[in-house]
Amino acid sequence: MRRRPATWLVNGALLVVAALTLFPLFWMFAASLMPAGQSSTYPPPLWPSRPTLANYRELFAHAGIGRQLLNSLVIATSATLLALTFNVAAGYAFAKLDFPGRQRVQQILVGALVIPAQVAMLPLFLMLKSLGLVNTLAGVLVPSLAGVFSIFLVRQAALTVPDELLDAARIDGAGELTIFRRIVLPLLTPILVTLAVFTFLGAWNDFLWPLIVLNDGDRYTLPVALASLSREHVQDSELMMAGSVVTVVPVLALFLALQRYYMQGLTAGAVKG
Amino acid sequence: MTRAQAGLLLAAPALVVIAVFFFLPVLAALALSLTDFDLYALADSGYLRFVGLRNYVQLLGNPLFWQALGNTLYFTVVGVPLSLAVSVGTAVLVHSRLARCRGLFRTALFAPVVTTVVAVAVIWRYLLHTRYGLINYGLGKLGFAPIDWLGDPHFAMPAIILFAVWKNFGYNMVIVLAALQNIPEDLYEAAELDGAGAGQQFLRITLPMLGPTLLFVSIMTVAGYFQLFAEPYVMTLGGPGQSTLSVLYLLYEEGFKWWNLGRASAVAFVLFLMMFAATALQMRLGRQAAA
Repeated sequence: MRRRPATWLVNGALLVVAALTLFPLFWMFAASLMPAGQSSTYPPPLWPSRPTLANYRELFAHAGIGRQLLNSLVIATSATLLALTFNVAAGYAFAKLDFPGRQRVQQILVGALVIPAQVAMLPLFLMLKSLGLVNTLAGVLVPSLAGVFSIFLVRQAALTVPDELLDAARIDGAGELTIFRRIVLPLLTPILVTLAVFTFLGAWNDFLWPLIVLNDGDRYTLPVALASLSREHVQDSELMMAGSVVTVVPVLALFLALQRYYMQGLTAGAVKG
Repeated sequence: MTRAQAGLLLAAPALVVIAVFFFLPVLAALALSLTDFDLYALADSGYLRFVGLRNYVQLLGNPLFWQALGNTLYFTVVGVPLSLAVSVGTAVLVHSRLARCRGLFRTALFAPVVTTVVAVAVIWRYLLHTRYGLINYGLGKLGFAPIDWLGDPHFAMPAIILFAVWKNFGYNMVIVLAALQNIPEDLYEAAELDGAGAGQQFLRITLPMLGPTLLFVSIMTVAGYFQLFAEPYVMTLGGPGQSTLSVLYLLYEEGFKWWNLGRASAVAFVLFLMMFAATALQMRLGRQAAA
């Protein structure tokens, strides 16, 4: 019985913190359903008097957000597929296939983790410009092709694959690439899902690089489109909230569906450090 | 195919990509920072000249750079401890034996982390509105006068810090939560037998056992906070009166608004050096604390 007040205290505190944390997201949904102008009244309303989808209609019919939603989907999906292709192969090689110079390359890559991506940004832009890739989706994708952090995430998981298993396959006459495809990849499925979720969310939410590379509304990703829209439509809070819903809901849904994998990757990265 | 050949074959594509699209540009950035690359050079590289350390010298003489540096340090020095305190506090709550529905609370508190920073910054801009924002409305109910959060140079950075803490604390919370689960339960049982209260248990057992984890998340969070950009870009445009201009914002404007790519590269390297120094300092303090 002594525990009773403490139980109330802990759960009460959790409820309050969770309510405060979720409130901005709740208000985004509520305001996106309000008729124009309603959120700018006093006292500030928490729920639309008459819920309407007018803001969403306006966004898709006139602001071209459907196109930008498609751009974001294409970029995040391509980034995920490319990152999986490059990083999984490399991660496995660093874990299990001793090639000449492996140790040294690995040390250089660890060292590279301290260099912020922004240092490479300016010359990378010039490089894309000379290749004619500025203002293209391919240009946005370039930095997400391969990543040191992702390679180490895969390497960490691949280290747990037992050597005996690989050696048994070799004795049976399987080639190295067959072993990678048939034995290693299935065993690494959980980390592949983790990496896929990380990359997709990262590419979807990325702002600075697409902002630099893209300069044409039709090619914008959702965050860039939203930032530009918010400058033109400062007063239209309901419209902007509908834009935020369109941007945030896909990633929130993906996260909720694959939460287990996401959290595993997050703590794996931390333990490694 | 031998193992070494297969290893090379599988590692090579990623390594080539990283070499071409990361290491090469980093070296190029160093070279670029020693030139006067600007709009004219962008049109015709014949205008490009080597200027030695002039960009760095000019940067150190530019009051705007010092303003941006001060703002970034303000954001980091106030924001990171605040964010870590909230992360540890909420992790302890979720970890508590008394907590119900832990998984649900963990998900709820983590949700802002996966959201798009631009989208949620737009939400907060309206929540922080002086007249119609719900934050001032709530403060009004508690008896506070309305604050012009994003229009007053004294409050713009605190508002951005509040936003950043809300957006990010869940990330470190999950890492701290995993570390809490690794602390042996018998340590607490022994402390309880010795009559230690909850507060003492937290100070004498929980915090020391979390030491290495806290050092790790602190290093990562400081590095992340040094890269402040999207928040001021969306919420304040670096204003009012440059009070939220960050180093990365300065880099962006110098490079992609004025097309002074030489000077912008110098800013990039100064940012890199700052982050490197901050990491080294924390590792040193961490070693001292452990000794």
